[in-house]
Amino acid sequence: MAYPYVSDREVRVLSKYFGDPAQRRLDTYVERGGYQALKKAFEIGQDAVIDEVKTSGLRGRGGAGFPAGVKWSFMPKQPTKPHYLLCNADESEPGTFKDRELMRWDPHQLIEGILIASYAIRAKHAYIYCRGEFFEATQVLAKAVEDAYAKGYAGADIMGSGNDIDITVHVGAGAYICGEETGLMNSLEGRRGQPRVKPPFPAAVGAFGMPSTVNNVETLSAVPHIITHGGQWYRQWGTEKSPGTKLFCVSGHVNKPGNYELPLGFPLTELIEDVCGGMRDGKALKAVIPGGSSVPLLNAEECGRCNLDYEGVQAVGSMLGCASVIVMDEDTDIVKQVRRMVQFYAHESCGQCTPCREGTAWMTKVLLRIEEGRGTEEDLDTLLEMSRQMTGTTICVLSDSAAAPVVSSIQKFKDEYLALIRRGERVGVA
Amino acid sequence: MADTITLTIDGQEVSVPKGTTLLKAAEKVGKDVPHYCYHDGLSSPAMCRLCLVEVQGAPKPMPACVTQAMDGQVVSTESELALDMRRGVLEFYLVNHPLDCPICDMSGECHLQDYVHEEGRDHGRSREPKRVFGRDDFGGDVLFYGDRCVMCTRCVRFMNEVEQDQRLCVVERGNRSVIDTFFERGLEGTHWHDNIVDLCPVGALVSKDFLHKARAWDLDHTPSVCPSCSQGCNIELHTRDNLVQRLKPRENLEVNAFWMCDHGRLNYEWINHGERAEAPLVRDQGGVKAMGWKEALTLLVARLGDVEGTVKAVASPFASNEDLAALQALVESLGGGDIVYRMPRAEDEIVLKGFPTLARRRDLAPNGRGADLLGLRRVGGDDGTGGLEDVSAHAGVVIVLGDGLADQGADFASGAALRVHLGTRSGPAVATADFVLPITTFAEQEGTFTNHEGRVQRFWPALNAPGLARPAWLVLGALVAEGTGSETPRRADEAFARLVAAHDAFSGLSYDDIGTRGAVVNDTVPLSGD
Repeated sequence: MAYPYVSDREVRVLSKYFGDPAQRRLDTYVERGGYQALKKAFEIGQDAVIDEVKTSGLRGRGGAGFPAGVKWSFMPKQPTKPHYLLCNADESEPGTFKDRELMRWDPHQLIEGILIASYAIRAKHAYIYCRGEFFEATQVLAKAVEDAYAKGYAGADIMGSGNDIDITVHVGAGAYICGEETGLMNSLEGRRGQPRVKPPFPAAVGAFGMPSTVNNVETLSAVPHIITHGGQWYRQWGTEKSPGTKLFCVSGHVNKPGNYELPLGFPLTELIEDVCGGMRDGKALKAVIPGGSSVPLLNAEECGRCNLDYEGVQAVGSMLGCASVIVMDEDTDIVKQVRRMVQFYAHESCGQCTPCREGTAWMTKVLLRIEEGRGTEEDLDTLLEMSRQMTGTTICVLSDSAAAPVVSSIQKFKDEYLALIRRGERVGVA
Repeated sequence: MADTITLTIDGQEVSVPKGTTLLKAAEKVGKDVPHYCYHDGLSSPAMCRLCLVEVQGAPKPMPACVTQAMDGQVVSTESELALDMRRGVLEFYLVNHPLDCPICDMSGECHLQDYVHEEGRDHGRSREPKRVFGRDDFGGDVLFYGDRCVMCTRCVRFMNEVEQDQRLCVVERGNRSVIDTFFERGLEGTHWHDNIVDLCPVGALVSKDFLHKARAWDLDHTPSVCPSCSQGCNIELHTRDNLVQRLKPRENLEVNAFWMCDHGRLNYEWINHGERAEAPLVRDQGGVKAMGWKEALTLLVARLGDVEGTVKAVASPFASNEDLAALQALVESLGGGDIVYRMPRAEDEIVLKGFPTLARRRDLAPNGRGADLLGLRRVGGDDGTGGLEDVSAHAGVVIVLGDGLADQGADFASGAALRVHLGTRSGPAVATADFVLPITTFAEQEGTFTNHEGRVQRFWPALNAPGLARPAWLVLGALVAEGTGSETPRRADEAFARLVAAHDAFSGLSYDDIGTRGAVVNDTVPLSGD
């Protein structure tokens, strides 16, 4: 099966074998040079592995963009307690579909990355926390883990090196908030999936109360390549501060939506026009969400000057997040779109913190009312004030995420809100 | 000192031990930062987000309940940012709150009312329909009004961490979250669950016993000591119309922390019992006559002077130290004699697992230890009956203080030369006494109890005594004074001072030292029956 859409602008490092089912088999993976990076890692030692990843500048692909090597170096060097590596495969951000593909098409690449990372942080046990809805991906991954155990690439005395690393595939029950690293830990431990108060940070008190590191699937999948070729090699792509390649999940009103691996810093316009074959039906671009539903919207003008790296997107007032590009054309009802996203957050709020629990639900009701033409101009002020009081006031950033599209859409597309409010006033619904 | 740090809160410098939270540090400068989920006796999940304060240099407002104070930190609990954030949180609370204060039991002592009044908006902006959960019977004494809940989870944490019997949980998520029991298994059968009613900062968890009984602002609060077992939990009597309406625990980390058991909490109706002995009754050839104290005591003093033979007395472990010591002084002045008491005893202790020095003790009376320290002897069975054969057959003077003699018949001590009964109520065995003198309950007088570990704790009068009832120490003290030519103690502290003078175990103690927290006696005497 060929992968739906590919582009010659792509740099396929992680996604090289997307569409090739043979890659799922352990023997094919080994034939194509697999598990050599792990062997090399065992030879060069933990500190060298961490240094190499630091050199590469690899940043967390889950959304926050924190440098992976630095994160690993927070783990105690002389373990007094068990350490854990947690692979966050709870990919639930609306608009994101890269981790699922990495697990489906190249599970051993991920397992190798997990083993290298576990070795680097001195963990003897790694957990892969899979999103509950990922039936196929979880099966493929679990089979790959089984094969790796059978051939001595996981478990006790890996490849005769004397290193023991166990891997457990854990399936969540389908909750967005379990993708937040501390919510993930609670869920993994069998508690309610609710984020924990930080500090203490996971590197000190993580899963089961032990030092833990949480890494995204894409981050870990890049690790074998960095170890094989060296950190400098990885820096040939991307920008100084955002090196390497990144999977962009493009959805929405483009001709060829899909997963595209591109160097960081790629211009957004080129992504839409060249890589994705332009806007569907030749419509005009209205807005883009560049990093998954929890980041501020960009309008067409901002899209024109946006480069897709962590700093570039920040420069136009949004965030790269997990690089889930949602493209909206001129026919899109922004208010409805924002309402639908906020409704998602209201549904997924864990309910601990008051601003999030009450705020997301209240926002949904207000937005619905505006959408139905029963809104008032004061509602917009209320929404903005709510957003302010929901930003930075909670344990995790779910409520910030719900507020971001509301604020950016009111700033950039206020006319659409006002049109709905005025139309309601005209026909007398309000 | 290395272990002390200094920070500035709202412009005031304060030094606190390292590790102190901002909430506690702010308390030290007199700032009560609003909070719901935080409680001194529970873990801190930092989820209500009401205690947000501004810390200079921090990118976001910080929850004061878990943020540790740092040296040199500059904190404002009342800056524009902190107030704005808290105003927001309070408005969020009211989006779905039913605002049914007029029919809510918590009204008047509700933290949501207080905080919104202090810091909230003067009107709500939500025009949306409210979420409705309705009511649920949680079993035991607890009713749950889901709509009023602010999701602080104190109740869940109390059951998990303190009672350590997982009976409550949060089900669902987001704004559909609600506190629930595990299927039909509610709180039935747990022994400390009424504490969650105290913990609930709003009217979501209410006591069935107290439901719609009184408004909070009509209640008088009197510090007291729970009389239901020998633990001596510090409590408050909440009274209205000269009736006890409910008991609430009073914080004392050395005795009961913030808690009390359901047995003690709900065992108060006897205090309100209406059929009380209200006037001294004196029996002579013409029958029983009610009279004033002066007349009755004059007659009694005369009779005590006439009677031959020794004294035997029955006391009660529900009587205060002062009462028991006064009884002993009277018996001494009459030539000495045996004083016994009877006390019901439960089969097991009911220990609060999360605070194991607190338990519903086996001895189901507040002052057995005091009686032992004063040299009284325990008799009878674990049900608090029997053991009075000696006394009943006594031919001399028999004095009974406080023991209702419920298990005795009208022929109790019928052969005694003189029978004096000091009690609160009549009964078959009481009615045949020569003198029946009405005394007060612990709720109507000042005094002290000595708890199981020898802690002497004060209680204060909360109710007016019925009719002519007087504290036993006053009645007995007057008799002693009459017989020995000394002065009658006029106040409870004087009665206590006499006790201290007469009993080494209590030496050095005074009402001032005991205060509201209690003080431990300096002698350890094994409990009788141990």
